Order: sequence, then C-alpha cells, then structure tokens
Amino acid sequence: MADYSWPEADRRALIGSRPARLDGPVKSTGFAKYPSDQNPSGLLAAKILTCPHAHARIVGIDTSAAEALPGVRVVHVIQGEGSEIQWAGDEVAAVAAVTEEVARDAVRAIRVDYEVLAHFVTEEDRDGAPDARAAGERAEGDPDAAFATAHRTVERTLGMPQMAHMCLEPHGQVCSWDGDELEVHASTQAVSTLAGQFATELGIPASQVRIRTEYMGGGFGSKFSPDRWGIVGAELARKAGAPVKLFLERDQEVTVAGSRPSAFARIRAAADEQGRLVAWDSDSWGSGGLPGTGQTPLPYVFSRLPNRRLRHTSVPTNLAGSRAWRAPNHPQACFLTMAVLDDLAHELGLDPIDFLDRNLDLTGRPDTYREQLAIAGEMASWKERWQPRGRTREGAVHRGLGVSVHTWGGRGHSSNCDVTVHPDGAVEARIGSQDIGTGTRTIVAQVLAETFGLELHQVRVSLGDNVYPQSGPSGGSSTVGGVTASTRRAAQDALREVLVHVAPRLEAEPEQLVAAGGRVFVDGEASRGMSWREAAAQIGGAPISVQGRNPGPGRLISSGVGGVQIAEVEVDIETGVVHVERMIAVQDCGLIINRRLAESQVYGGLIMGVGYALYEEWIPDPVTGRLLNADMEFYKLAGLVDVGSLEVHMMTGPGYDERGVIGLGEPPVISPGAAISNAVANAIGVRVPYLPLTPDRVLDALAGRGGPA
Amino acid sequence: MRPFGYAAPATVDQAVGLLEAEGSEALAGGTDLLSLLKDDVERVDRLVALRGVPGLSGIELDGGMLRVGAMTTLQELRDHDGAIAALPALAVAIDGVASPQLRAMGTVGGDLLQRPRCWYYRRGFGLLALAADGRSMVTDGDNRYHAIFPEGEARFVNPSSLAPLLVALGAEAVVHGPAGERRLPVEALYRAPQAAGERENTLAPGELLVGVEANVEGSRSAVYEVRQRRALDWPLMAAAVSLAGSGPRTERARIVLGHAGPVPHVATAAGDVLSGQELTPETVAAAADAAVEGARPMSGNRYKVQLARTAVRRALGRAAGMEI
Repeated sequence: MADYSWPEADRRALIGSRPARLDGPVKSTGFAKYPSDQNPSGLLAAKILTCPHAHARIVGIDTSAAEALPGVRVVHVIQGEGSEIQWAGDEVAAVAAVTEEVARDAVRAIRVDYEVLAHFVTEEDRDGAPDARAAGERAEGDPDAAFATAHRTVERTLGMPQMAHMCLEPHGQVCSWDGDELEVHASTQAVSTLAGQFATELGIPASQVRIRTEYMGGGFGSKFSPDRWGIVGAELARKAGAPVKLFLERDQEVTVAGSRPSAFARIRAAADEQGRLVAWDSDSWGSGGLPGTGQTPLPYVFSRLPNRRLRHTSVPTNLAGSRAWRAPNHPQACFLTMAVLDDLAHELGLDPIDFLDRNLDLTGRPDTYREQLAIAGEMASWKERWQPRGRTREGAVHRGLGVSVHTWGGRGHSSNCDVTVHPDGAVEARIGSQDIGTGTRTIVAQVLAETFGLELHQVRVSLGDNVYPQSGPSGGSSTVGGVTASTRRAAQDALREVLVHVAPRLEAEPEQLVAAGGRVFVDGEASRGMSWREAAAQIGGAPISVQGRNPGPGRLISSGVGGVQIAEVEVDIETGVVHVERMIAVQDCGLIINRRLAESQVYGGLIMGVGYALYEEWIPDPVTGRLLNADMEFYKLAGLVDVGSLEVHMMTGPGYDERGVIGLGEPPVISPGAAISNAVANAIGVRVPYLPLTPDRVLDALAGRGGPA
Repeated sequence: MRPFGYAAPATVDQAVGLLEAEGSEALAGGTDLLSLLKDDVERVDRLVALRGVPGLSGIELDGGMLRVGAMTTLQELRDHDGAIAALPALAVAIDGVASPQLRAMGTVGGDLLQRPRCWYYRRGFGLLALAADGRSMVTDGDNRYHAIFPEGEARFVNPSSLAPLLVALGAEAVVHGPAGERRLPVEALYRAPQAAGERENTLAPGELLVGVEANVEGSRSAVYEVRQRRALDWPLMAAAVSLAGSGPRTERARIVLGHAGPVPHVATAAGDVLSGQELTPETVAAAADAAVEGARPMSGNRYKVQLARTAVRRALGRAAGMEI
C-alpha cells in the first residue's frame, strides 16, 4: 500500500508557513458573492411572519389582505389554525413578493388570532420551572467520606445564561428551480449533506438538488440544516415559478437561529493539605430552550478527580431550541469547573497555576498542560506579577490575572477530494467542503501546492458545491483534518502517477523522484530533473484524476488537544465595569498547515470569548416571553477596543508536528469565560458568580449580594 | 414599510407650516427615525426633511455665547475648535456617541429629541409599556437599563448625549412655530408622558427646534459617562456638571443626570450641597449622595444608583481638575 505522510520539517515549503488567505482580497473588496448577495434575474424576496407570543395556540389566520397586496406572489401558511406555538419567533407564515418592502408589508397584513398560554423563560429559577426534568445521579468513589476528611472545601452557585450565535450573515438561502431541479445558494456549514435534507422535505431525489456556498458569513455551529425557512423558501420558489431569496431579519436571527444552552450549578469541591483535589459534588441545571439541555462534562479537564457525585436537571423553556455553539458544552463546563478550582486555590492559599499543576495527573494530558502553563505563565510574567486576590489596585481600578485550561478532540471528518493534473501542468482540487471563514480554501491549496512542489497561485481549489466529492460538515473542528488528509492522499497518488511517466526520461525509478521548487528531479541530484510543466507533459493527452479519502491509510491526522489561557483585567470597583487588558493563549493543534490562519482562529476564539465573558446574553422578558435584546444594540458584542491585547503561542515542533493535523476552530473559545472570571475574582477579591460580567453583577458581588438562584 | 409622504421645505416657515399637520414628523439625520418606521414602531403620514432648509446648520461663538444650529451634525460640532476649546466637556459628550457613522449623520437637534431606547417601546408596547391590565411591563419585566427616577408611569430614560450638559449649562433651546420664535430652557423641552400617545417632548404641532444657545464663558463643566463597552454602546449612566464662581469656592453648581429618568434629571439638592463650598472629597461625596436622593430603582436597576453617585463624583472631579 502506498505511503501517505506529511513531509519532514526540512522539506516543507508551504506547510507551517504563513500565507495570507487566498480569498482575503475578494472578501475585503466586496467582490466575493455570499449566498445573500446572489440576485438571479426575476428574484422574489421572501419574509416570514413570526409569533409574538412565547406560548400560544393559533385560533385563526387570515391571509386575504396579504394576498390582495400588489406585488405579492405567494402567501404560504407554515403553521395554521390549531397549531401550538412554543416560543416567540416561531414561524407562522411566509410571503414571496417583488421586493423586500412589499414582502414585509404583506407579512404585516396577515391577521393571526392567538389564544395566549402560560410561558416560562427564566430557567435560573429551577424551582419555578413547570417542567424541570431531573436526569438522575451519577457517583464514583465515596464523595461524602472524602468531603468529611478534606482539608478545604468550597461551595459555589454559578451560572451563565443562554446566548446567541449572532452570525453576521443571517441564516437563509436563495432557491431557484429549473423544472424539477433545485439550486440553493445556502449560507451553510454542510454543503455535502444539505441536498438530501432538502430533497426529503420537498419530495424530490437528492440528485436534483444543487447546493452552493462559495463564501458564507459565519455559522459557529448553527448552520447545519436547511431549517424550516430553507424548505419554505424552496416551496415559495416552486409555487411562484421564480427564484426566491429568504434570509432572516436580524431579530429572527437572534431569536430562533441559534443559541448556546445556559448552565447553572451548585458545586462543592474539596482538596487535601497538599492541595490535591479529593472530592466533587455538582448539582447542575440549564436550558437549551424547549428541549432543555443535557449535562455538561463536569468536572472539566480534571475528569479523573476521584469521589464525585453529579446530578443534573434539564429545564425546558419557551424559547427556541439551542444549537451547537462553538465547542458545545465546553465553555460552560470550563467556567463552572475552573471558577470553583480557582476559589479552592484561594482557600488553600495557593497560586492557581501551582494548584492546577499539582492536580494535572487528574487530566488526560498532564505533560502538555504542564508545558503550556509554564509558557503561558512566562508570557504573562505571572510569577512576578500575580498577587493574591484583591491586592493590586490603583484607586478605583483593580487589576487581576486569571488562568484556565481546556481540551478538545478535533479529529478530521470523512472527506473526499478529487485532484486532477492536466498535461499542461495545471493542478486542481475539487472538494465538497465549505470555507466557513476559517481558511479551508487556503489550506487545501497549501497541501496541494506543497505536494506538487508548486507555489500557491499555481494550483486551483474548488469547493462549496455538492457536485464535488462529499466532504463532511464543518463542525467539531473536524474540517482541517478531513480536507487536508483527503487532499494529501489524492495529491500524493496523482503525483506518483506523474512520476511513473517521468521516471524513464530521467533514467530513474519513480520512487527516487521528488517534486519541489517547481521541478521534478532525482532526490539528492537536483540537476537530474525537469520543470514541472515538462514533467506534466509526460502524462500524455489526458489529465490524471485521482480521488483521495479520509479516513484512510497513513498517519496524517489525530485528535485531542490542550490549551491554556491567561486573562488580565481591570475592574473599576465603583462602576463594576470590567475591561480585558490582555489575553494570552497557548494552544496545541498538532501539525499546523497555516500559522497565520491558525493564529487567526485563536484570535477569533479570544474575541468571541471576551464577548460571552463580558457582554453577550439572551435577555428573555419574563412578562412577554420575548427576547428584549434581539438586536445588535442591547445584544452586545465585543468591539475591537474592548478585546485588549491578544497574544497567541502555538505549540509546534517535535512532540506536536508528528501527531498530524488536528482541528482548532473550537478549543480557543472554551477558556476565556473562566480565565476572565478568575481574573476578575483576583482583581476584586470576590467571585462574581454569573457570566457575563456586567456592571450590575460585579457591583452585586462586591456588595456581597446576589448571584443566580 | 407603510407609505408616507415626503416634503422638502426650502425655508423654516415652510417647514413649520408642514409640521403643523397631524402625522407630520421632522426628519433630521434619520439615524433612528427611519428604523422606527421600518420596524413599525412609529407611523407618520409625512416626513418633513430638514436637510435642505437653509439657516438650520452652523456654529457661532460670539463672546461667551455658543450658538449651534439644530441641523449641525455631531461631527461638525466636534470638529469646531472654538466650541470645543470653550467647552471641552462637549467633546466628551459627543465622543460618547462612539460611532463615526452616527456622528457624521446625527444632528444636534436629533440628539436632543431622539426617541427613547426602552426595549418595550422599541417592541411596540408604547412609551409607557403598560399591559392590557394596566400593569407596568417595565416594573414586572426586565428593567436593568430603565429609570431610577421614574416619573409616574414613565420609566424609560432620556437617551440624549448632549442634553445633560446643556441643561447643566442652563442652555436655551430656540424653537420656531406658527406663532414665531420662542426660547425655553433646554430642560423645558422634555416632559414625562403619562398617557398613551403623549410625547416625551413639549413641542407643539408645527414647532421646530432650530438651535441651542449656551453661555460658555468661564464655565467649569464636565461630563462623565459610565459605559460598559468602549465600542459603540449607550451609557448606563451619565452626569454633567457646571460650576460657576471664581476662586476656590463654588457659587453655583448645576448637576444633571442622563439615562436616569424620562427627562434629564436635574439634581437640585446636589447642586445646593456645593453652593458656597470648596470642592473637596468630602463635599463632592456629599453632593454625589444628594444626587441620588429620592431615587426609586426597580427590581433590576439598583446598580444604577451606585453608577449615578460615581458619575457625579467623577464629573465634579473633572470639572474641578482634581482626582476624586
């Protein structure tokens, strides 16, 4: 069997380098056409009528006024009389019209009578929940005995609310029919799997559905399915006999198109005199909207902690169901765990880095974390600058440092890639993947160019279309491993075929030949060779086309990473305003294809992390059950001036590179909430038990008040 | 979007005539009104566009009198070296509008008369946000950004960035109406509505705010805003102070809170505390405490009382050039 591997470090021309993303210029100039930029001729605009009540039954619906409006083409009832609506923002009807304005007017003209029913949207009040579901208890060891003999115990009630994905490009698509063939320009993370889902719902063969996503404006785990608006958009287009663009309005995007489940917990943790963790007891609850939510992985990272008891309650709320949010469950578990461990370190009188270090054998990768804690500590000058809680202040402004550790899997998903070498030397890859903004297009090109010894601009990558070979959805940080492995295998196979044709001309065996620097030559004898163009010409008149697959042979990928982050904050104790001064991230992700894009993923994770640590939350109204901040005004995202200085250190070289490629999109977003909360506790001397760390919560904690439940 | 008329008058008198008709609304920078119309929160029969009306825009500094036309953009005012030199606090108030786009499009008049940001109002429940049974949705619901000085049923906060400072300075608003020009203190532009359909300003039909005038001579004034984000964000609380008097003692102090009540909240008692006093940490703290006397926070905005105290202290510190 052929051997598949990454080139040795001294033979890498492009892998591990820092090329800029290939689509940077078209994106920054606006030439890149996103799905929401598609305007085929005859396009109709569609809008959705949503329910304003968090819980209601539809007792009547009258669309006649909407149908009578000039410019309205189709009115489509999604949920008719008798339907029970379980969250505000749920879709009731849709309209396709000649312009967006007419479609909005028509939606407004639809009369719906509701019987309004009781709702529940405030899940931090577990006892007030009408439908809380206890998931039972899991225990290991003897927690009661361990707590009884422990040296120090802390007990905390902590929590973080539901929050939105807030994709800049809202969910939606442009649907066009040609006879019974459907083309969908979708803003999706799942180009290869979407067709089947559309087909099933629409009653047509999947082979008649074309999905295209050349670019897309953010998904973060919320864009894996056609969704109801996708199917409705296709139905409207079919009925209208014209292409239909249906993208959610901003309030709909915030309300129904993606949220991260909340997590609350009353936690006890204990340590012995040596500062070793000996017991854990957590009683957690949370909501992901109507379906409730499952248990987060507690205790996080320190999963081998002995003597633990876990209880969990799922709390359904009258809010739209949650979706995978970048590293599902991990940011919550990380905050709940690391905050308690930080408080325990304080009780023990230990430096939290020292405390974590003493307990690393309870984690899955002690050596990685030890090395990362040392590097992060050095970057932060932790030893010189860290002081026990509440000791660093200048007037009203207190400064603090906090640390957190995290983990993630990131194994490459199933992927197929076609690589073609043309007799004129042109090289291209076609892959049914999608570039969700992470740089997938660029890294596939790097692997391709590296393998053939070419420059980046000499290869062509086509993706974002389901006519290309199937590649997995971009979730779980699985894309980089999947697409680089399938591309590398295809490229190595294709190159071998080329070399078979070239070898006789060079009077060598194919195995002796290498492709590098735009030439093919005998390894070690650079003069015995020819240009790539000449080499490609040896294949004859027809191109060589090879498909590579993942999973497959050869050690190209693996999984399992660790990361450490340190936050430095300033807290104004007279206003409760927290500002992140600096974030330090030390991250491993195996072999790095593109240093610039890898760092960019970490920067993005830190920025998003500052957002949920300080600003972002769903604010459901107890009175109406509607979100009060389904906008970009009071749903606050971190601005550039809010994120402080971001410093990233990627673990590379021996011990990391030989692990192969591992995903990176999710791990860096896991720790910021915990690290920033710990830094605030270090600054002001008390734990603010609730994220985001808003001024009211900080002032409450300083006044010895409050917290959730 | 509901259809509406659009008129582009060429003179102030024409604008006034057009605004007399019921359902007419003045359009200045349009940074908010157009969104309110698109969201169907407000409805108009006719927009009266002021951009083409000569004489509504401009900045004059005449001795100690600063006159600013209502259609002057916030950025034009920010860029006016004379005005900023005479009244440095203006820069703080304008920079608080932390979006270049809003400063470029938004006007002084628009800032003063912008509609409240109350999320119940913005979701179509009206300025008073009273439920069908008459209960306050604000009181029963989430009021973290609402008034700590509610007035009757009005629990929203006045969002103007410039009003607290102008009120502290004792500035006058110049209004043109069917009966000609009238002048009123800027604080008299505002009122707390008590019934559905009532507006939060005192302009009569046909009246148009054409400018503001303030005596900025020798005034020591300052603005302090507590904002959660450094990027574009509303202040959680704002304080403006203006101190009069030469020498170490303050003869007269005006202290005004923004984002605290449905109208800019003139903290008379706080000003009185400082009258005839030197500014010291003690007198400043006493003024800050007096500024929140009578505050009636709701279930979720108790923290704003503390913010008000801090904002007053820090504004006084800035005005006096001392660290407090």
